[in-house]
Amino acid sequence: MKLTLKIWRQKNAKSKGKFVIYKMENVSPEMSFLEMLDALNKKLVETGDEPVAFEHDCREGICGSCGMYINGHPHGPVPAVTTCLLSMRYFSDGDTITIEPWRALPFPVIKDLIVDRSAMDKIQIAGGFISVNTGAAPEANSILVQKKNAEDAFDSAICIGCGACVAACKNASAMLFVSAKISQYALLPQGRVEAKDRVRAMVEKMDELGFGNCSNTGACEAECPKQIKLTNIARLKREYYKAY
Amino acid sequence: MDKVLFSSVSKKFVMALAGLFLILFLPVHLAINFMLLKSDPGPFNKAAHFMATFPLIRIIEILLVSALLIHISYGIYIQIKNWMARPVGYAIGIKTKTSFFSKFMIWTGASVFTFLVIHFSNFYFIRLGFVKGNPDDFYSVAHELFRIPAYNYIYLLCFILLGLHLYHAISSAFQTLGLNHRFWTPVVKVFAWIYAIAIPAGFAVISITIWQFR
Repeated sequence: MKLTLKIWRQKNAKSKGKFVIYKMENVSPEMSFLEMLDALNKKLVETGDEPVAFEHDCREGICGSCGMYINGHPHGPVPAVTTCLLSMRYFSDGDTITIEPWRALPFPVIKDLIVDRSAMDKIQIAGGFISVNTGAAPEANSILVQKKNAEDAFDSAICIGCGACVAACKNASAMLFVSAKISQYALLPQGRVEAKDRVRAMVEKMDELGFGNCSNTGACEAECPKQIKLTNIARLKREYYKAY
Repeated sequence: MDKVLFSSVSKKFVMALAGLFLILFLPVHLAINFMLLKSDPGPFNKAAHFMATFPLIRIIEILLVSALLIHISYGIYIQIKNWMARPVGYAIGIKTKTSFFSKFMIWTGASVFTFLVIHFSNFYFIRLGFVKGNPDDFYSVAHELFRIPAYNYIYLLCFILLGLHLYHAISSAFQTLGLNHRFWTPVVKVFAWIYAIAIPAGFAVISITIWQFR
């Protein structure tokens, strides 16, 4: 495939960025999107140019670090996949692909396509955990958990914190991410103990960091690579109301 | 305390409650407006007089105006905060397929508010003595207005925009209040569709009937 790549290039957080156009030839449909970018970078290094900076780690859809905004979609136009699992077979010969970094006030651009997503960590640190004493792990079956709750908690816990929900939201709201983290604990007896403190602290931190408000548009759910549901947001609301 | 009252969750909670209260008033207003279709001005004027003088209604009226002001001011505040949350936009706009009308709530809301200013100047301000007119004969005031084609066009356009606003508003308010349910949420969405069409259609039928047939 022959492709035209329009990629956001920005030297550092303070410099002004711009789009740079690159022509790619011989792109195999069997490549992943990141492999295609690797091929571009190899070409750029060979010609003495600066390679395109993008974040990546596991390349198997688990770590959530490979976020980029491709042709108007976080993680590209294919639902329920991260950029690393996005196959080039979904693109056609002659396509122009526009690649941008996540855009949100709490996600400042560090370089090219890499943004600082530490805002997500700060929200998690504010309350997204269970306080336990160290020591031997207790017997797993000593606290019974309803099967449905266990499954729903797991469905929420699969959020990888990639930030696609923020990137997709017209308000740059992190509500889906925060609600998934709230839900994974709220549904389990171990998480109930600190439920009130948790929801207060995490919502307060989210607001403090400058994320937008949720207007129930549903773009977050539609673009989430892990298909986190809007029902989590309703649960966050209930938990918040119960906390006061 | 400020952090609680103005948190992203609380702001939407207040907005949703105020919005639902305003939504509940619409069928009452529509029911009274249907009396405009009678050739006798008596029933409508009596109803308007009752609405203007009955003490309980006056209290509800204060609550309604308060709800309207809260809904508008919170809506504007939230929208500004939302714009601030993305200072640099995308070169290619977000292409995610989502609820179409939800993207334009501030604009449909602003249009409805503009209409309300016109509406208040026509009726409410007459009653308060700000604008000239007979507060005991709103029937004639309404009929005169509905005979003006330009007024009808604005009226109908505003009710279409109100319908678009209502469709997202109703289901969104339930979600904001934390009322999401596997069975009831789809039911609420269907109800929102029906409500968003039926209420504006009712108002439109009255204005068109007076304009074309009276």
